[in-house]
Amino acid sequence: MTRDANTQAVSCTGLAYSFGETNAVDGLDLSVAEGEVFGLLGPNGAGKTTAIRCITTLLPVPAGMVRVFGHDTARDRMAVRRLLGYVPQQLSADAGLTGRENVALFARVFDVSRRERDERVAQALTAVDLTDAADRLAKTYSGGMIRRLELAQALVSAPRLLILDEPTIGLDPIARTGVWEHINAVRAATGMTVLVTTHYMDEADQYCDRVGLMHRGRIRALGTPAELREGLGERRRAAGAAAGGPLPTLEDVFREVAGSGLDDKSGDFRDVRSTRRTANRVG
Amino acid sequence: MSEAPVAPPTASADPAAGIALLLRPPEPRAGWRLLPARVVAMCAVELQKLRHDRTELYTRAVQPALWLLIFGQTFTRIRAIPTGGIPYIDYMAPGIIAQSAMFIAIFYGIQIIWERDAGILNKLLVTPTPRSALITGKAFAAGIKSLVQAIVVVVIAALLGVALTWNPLKLLGVAAVVVLGSAFFSCLSMTIAGIVLSRDRLMGFGQAITMPLFFGSNALYPVSVMPGWLQAVSKANPLSYEVDALRGLLLGTHAHVALDFGVLAVAAALGITAASSLLGRLAR
Repeated sequence: MTRDANTQAVSCTGLAYSFGETNAVDGLDLSVAEGEVFGLLGPNGAGKTTAIRCITTLLPVPAGMVRVFGHDTARDRMAVRRLLGYVPQQLSADAGLTGRENVALFARVFDVSRRERDERVAQALTAVDLTDAADRLAKTYSGGMIRRLELAQALVSAPRLLILDEPTIGLDPIARTGVWEHINAVRAATGMTVLVTTHYMDEADQYCDRVGLMHRGRIRALGTPAELREGLGERRRAAGAAAGGPLPTLEDVFREVAGSGLDDKSGDFRDVRSTRRTANRVG
Repeated sequence: MSEAPVAPPTASADPAAGIALLLRPPEPRAGWRLLPARVVAMCAVELQKLRHDRTELYTRAVQPALWLLIFGQTFTRIRAIPTGGIPYIDYMAPGIIAQSAMFIAIFYGIQIIWERDAGILNKLLVTPTPRSALITGKAFAAGIKSLVQAIVVVVIAALLGVALTWNPLKLLGVAAVVVLGSAFFSCLSMTIAGIVLSRDRLMGFGQAITMPLFFGSNALYPVSVMPGWLQAVSKANPLSYEVDALRGLLLGTHAHVALDFGVLAVAAALGITAASSLLGRLAR
């Protein structure tokens, strides 16, 4: 699929980022089309979060490697940030503020005028079904409600690109579905592009238009979930597997792409601690 | 293509109904208006948190109250420290106000490390807020928090009979001094946070520098009674300038208020520069 780079929501060309001697992202080429839900999949330590942090301008990368709606993240950082809504992996709502105050902070830092601030904050809270709980402290919210509050914080500035880093980590299945339902509803209403990282293959299969399977800093397979599953099915049949066997899942595709070595490379101590801490807080 | 997205319970015929404003990005603030807007945003958050939970405000009032009640009243009787003719408790009250404000600000770096661990810092860094504006906002938010604490200590001092001024202009000057001083100390703390990167190490540093800053200043005794080397430390210590200004404004003693304001403003500006340049280390 070829598109003009200016019409791409995200375009990464040979993106590389190292922490010391560890190449967290190692030559990542990625294009996310405007309006799609793109899933970046992989285990802890695959480089998903580092890639996201490069795209969001949190990590400095040389000019020409990352563009967001045509803006270079190295040269035009502020313009890129104005286009982004970002929900990090950790539970990042401030527990000491109410839901409304949490969203109002992001309205302020995105320069929403005082005249329309209250209304815009109310609309963001409505979009995620938190109107009734808006004036309660965030520390009284359930894990799913906090994720929805963070979604409202990201939506209040009307971003063109919503970036979600492991949005459903640690949530129970019902809360996970709730978060995705709201993401889809907002996407349907606004037409925004969604870039999401997850290691839940079932979620990616159900909710993403296209996925990129990432392993050891690079995309190892790219396509719609159906294309990837069917591709593996065909390869298995070509290799002599009996027709009518169980259909491959995205997880099967991932295992084929990643091969062995998943366990010993699945994130360092800090990754695992951060993941467990988040899971503990939402649980 | 994947399965169709699950229909949301809130979806209606017009999915954009009720969220019209979320379809239009806000108008960016230009140039010089950005910095005050970010400072106001950070200060508003600090005041909202204090409104929801005042526990810290009360517990932090205990220590300055004890300094004034026990140390102040005892040393007033001893008359061992030359105070220029005013009661010792009056002399030390501005020092204790400055100390309680500094104690809040000096541990502000722990908050920014906590915000880093919680993802709040990263989220703020992805907003159209330059790092210097974010640090300035945090510094003045620390100033506002310290100011609320300083008001509590002023009230305690007044209740203990300290002869403070009630001139509104001078009190405004006191507020400005406390905010500037706290902005510097919070930036010092955030600078160290950017170097050591962990809460445990920062706690150690905070405790290691707090007492030297306090005892190496004119908070409890005049510079003239210090040995030469400590006088040099006191001259380089922004807390001394903060106390000098507070003493001049609150008690009407001889002070170099203009110089004090100048030193505190330059110190705060240098602190903001240093902390901003190290903020990127916390984001990694």
